[in-house]
Amino acid sequence: MGLLSDPSRRKVLTGLLTRLNTPICGMPVEWLVKAMQSRGLEVFTQSFSRKLPFPDENKERYMVRGTNVYGILRAPRAPRTEALVITAPCSPGNTNNQAVALLLALAQYFRNQIYWAKDIIFLVNEHDLIGTQAWLEGYHHTNITGMEYSPLQGRAGSIQAALSLELSSDVITSLDLVLEGLNGQLPNLDLANLFYAFCQKLGVLCTIQGKLQRNDWDTAEGYTHAAQTMMLMVLKQACGRSWGDHGLFLRYHIEAASVRGINSFRHYKTDATTIGRLLEGMVRKLNNLLERLHQSYFFYLLPSLSRFVSIGYYMPAFGLLAVILLLRALDLWVHLGAPALAAVDGVTEAEQPSSPGVLTVLTPVVISHLTGVALYLLPVHLQEMAVEHFPVSETEAVVLTAIAIYTAGLALPHNTQRLLSGEGTEQGWKVLKLTALLYLAVLLGCTALINFSLGFILAVTLVPITASITPHMPKALYALVMVLLSPAFTILYCVFIYQELIEAPVSVSEGWMLFLSVISQGILDHALYGSLVYPLLALFIYPCWLMFWNILFWN
Amino acid sequence: MAAPLTLLLIVAVTIRAVLFRSSWAELISERVEVVSPLNAWKRVVEGLALLDLGVSPYSGDVFHETPFMIYLFHFVVDYAEIVFMIADGITAVALYLSIQTYNKNVFRKQKYALESDRYPADCLELLRSPKEMFYIPLKVAMFYLLNPFTILSCVAKSTCGLNNAIIALFILCTLKGSALLSGILLALATYQSIYPLTLFAPALLFFLQRLYIPVNLRRSSFWFFTLQYAFIYVGSLVVITGLSFFLLGSWDFIPSVYGFIFSVPDLTPNIGLFWYFFAEMFEHFRLFFICVFQINVFFYTIPLSIKLKEHPVFLIFMQIAIISIFKSYPTVGDVALYMAFLPAWSHLYRFLRNIFLVSCVLLACSALFPVLWHLWIYAGSANSNFYYAITLLFNFGQILLVSDYFYAYLRREHHLTHGLYLKKKDGTEATLVLK
Repeated sequence: MGLLSDPSRRKVLTGLLTRLNTPICGMPVEWLVKAMQSRGLEVFTQSFSRKLPFPDENKERYMVRGTNVYGILRAPRAPRTEALVITAPCSPGNTNNQAVALLLALAQYFRNQIYWAKDIIFLVNEHDLIGTQAWLEGYHHTNITGMEYSPLQGRAGSIQAALSLELSSDVITSLDLVLEGLNGQLPNLDLANLFYAFCQKLGVLCTIQGKLQRNDWDTAEGYTHAAQTMMLMVLKQACGRSWGDHGLFLRYHIEAASVRGINSFRHYKTDATTIGRLLEGMVRKLNNLLERLHQSYFFYLLPSLSRFVSIGYYMPAFGLLAVILLLRALDLWVHLGAPALAAVDGVTEAEQPSSPGVLTVLTPVVISHLTGVALYLLPVHLQEMAVEHFPVSETEAVVLTAIAIYTAGLALPHNTQRLLSGEGTEQGWKVLKLTALLYLAVLLGCTALINFSLGFILAVTLVPITASITPHMPKALYALVMVLLSPAFTILYCVFIYQELIEAPVSVSEGWMLFLSVISQGILDHALYGSLVYPLLALFIYPCWLMFWNILFWN
Repeated sequence: MAAPLTLLLIVAVTIRAVLFRSSWAELISERVEVVSPLNAWKRVVEGLALLDLGVSPYSGDVFHETPFMIYLFHFVVDYAEIVFMIADGITAVALYLSIQTYNKNVFRKQKYALESDRYPADCLELLRSPKEMFYIPLKVAMFYLLNPFTILSCVAKSTCGLNNAIIALFILCTLKGSALLSGILLALATYQSIYPLTLFAPALLFFLQRLYIPVNLRRSSFWFFTLQYAFIYVGSLVVITGLSFFLLGSWDFIPSVYGFIFSVPDLTPNIGLFWYFFAEMFEHFRLFFICVFQINVFFYTIPLSIKLKEHPVFLIFMQIAIISIFKSYPTVGDVALYMAFLPAWSHLYRFLRNIFLVSCVLLACSALFPVLWHLWIYAGSANSNFYYAITLLFNFGQILLVSDYFYAYLRREHHLTHGLYLKKKDGTEATLVLK
């Protein structure tokens, strides 16, 4: 007994798959509506449109319009208070042509069962994340990203869990589990464990970060493999984008994961029937939940699918890095011994009522933050002007403006020193460094609580140099080191390390192009879904780094 | 000093006006650290709507402001933003003038003490000079107006700003020596929220000191003045309460306002200590713990008044700090009021022992409040324990700040009477501890 034990159902599934193997332009909305209706679901559509801040490489246009189609399978004998979502993004071409078929086959099978206690929503969304965001905003009656969408006609209660399917071929060799969501948010570890348990039960190969499990934990290769897997998860979490359609569900407190089918060169292949049985098992387990998944960890790192590193293990590492900054600040405080450092009362800039040169401390802080605001606002706002004057596309204009403003900020200390009437004193740079160290410590702490990987990577690159910087060091050498450890170069290193880890190393020029696309993707993610990485780096981390740059060039 | 004060007021009004017009105003007015069920603007609007419909605004347990507030906003609800900015301005100017008067008094007393040779020879460096004291009133006004807590409270249109204005005017009238106005304003402040009742003791001590009446329970002059002041205070309170009754026509503002403050039925998280405890308490013990927590606010008046009976203005500072830490629904606007006083004690800096730790704790907690709220309510990865931990840490930081200043103040007074370099009986160097 199970999915597709009936030969007629198998025929239907094969028919669907053959039909969907042909490439489709756009989304076949009417066909999907008819297909879902014929399977007994309540079908509704939602149209949405979004104006992009600048046309990226994928979309090549400013306005994105699309339609989501979703069908609700009502639970036959239960009050309609809870729901589960199974979603398959419908992209043009061959990227996800099998997932919709599997969705429809599952819908047909589920329709005939009586044990459903929650409504099941089968969602086929267009334009990947933009469609998912439009649907979620319509479902929860919010509008956090400025999207225009038609209101949802049909609804099903509060969503308890969601699964996203990505299948590009009808036979697969392994299933990849994708957990990282927007702003580094992760689903409950129980969901990952559930999926892995089912894969083992049905004998399907399951991978994470595209890497297979190894059994030799004691050997050096086994350890390196696990470390590489964990490093990949850290890098993916740090960049703050959602690596599957599930990532946007997490923000609404809905546990979600993405399942991606991979077809590589391996003897043993799994067919769609087994995947269907696996998904059916998952959905039945989720159906039996009495409450939302909350018992296991929400903050973890996975070196493999059967082992995890919880927050209790990795937070002390970060804590020790932050303590370096605090100890340095304490040391500066003791050295200063100044009689007029007033109590800092929730202000990120300490106000110095009567210490010498209030302006010499306040000015670098204000100017750094104004540069940060310029870095945040100007690239998107000035793209038309840049496109008029230079032969670049809009995306390149935005990214190159951002890099230009970033580099222009490096020239600041030489200019602001001339503006100030009083020369920088020994006291002045110490007070500035004290402020900057406390500011950086609080900033890194808050970042690590929300997105640990981002906080950790920034701490590892920024803490050593900022704790030890003074104006009395060899300027050229330390300037070079500071620039090499600045946030922009950190992103560049992360790109190269990521490419190395996924075993697709790139040359320098390709890496540079990837770096530019990462920046544009970051700006786009912030505008479209509310990812916090770009505003954090532009408005807070970069001005903090500029303050330390100011200290290096203090006199 | 009028020109710098005017410039400061203009800068403060500009910052508030810019924030009022930005998209953050709505976000700020929903933050639980800035508004509480007692002083949220949304509830004022709700009460006004109920009043317009002819229903008692206290029905439905939404509105907990006093009738004077309703009638004030009944007339000025269209200009609410200007009202709150004016309230901040009034508070700042009142604090400016009161600290100026206080400094003059302090300097005068110091002069008389110097002339009568009351200070030991080696503590002349502890004495305060006019040059050092010149900018203190401006700094006090600046600390109030440009404090991010005050700006957030004003932009959220929390009526805490109006309460602060009344308390600041009360302090001004007390320091200027007008017992009648001081009693009336203290009654008004008590009528708004009950806790300024504890400010009766420092005000009384100040007037007794000013009129050279010794604080001696056996003397009739002491009782005579105390009864006068108490009569003004209680009389004004009765008159104001009676007026409220006639304004609204019923007594149901008393359980809604004062019953609400005392019995703490609403357990929305805030930066205070009550909500978490009472969320997990059994009904059986609730009354007992309510009494314990509320007595905590009022109890410290007695020992502090005995210790600080010669220093009533510092006692006012301590009382305001204790009220804003231990009251049932504190917000950051209450914290901002006592923090405005800190520049007045800048001469105590050399005796403060924990100022770095306190500053780091308060700064980190202020940054962590929104982060942990987001993790608890929106991401669902944390729970109330995390948020309460930060609340506890914040209150710990505040208590440490207040006790540190208390220690420094008492130590300076001790040095002024016993000399700067203290020696034990056998001649070795001694250290002063606060027990």
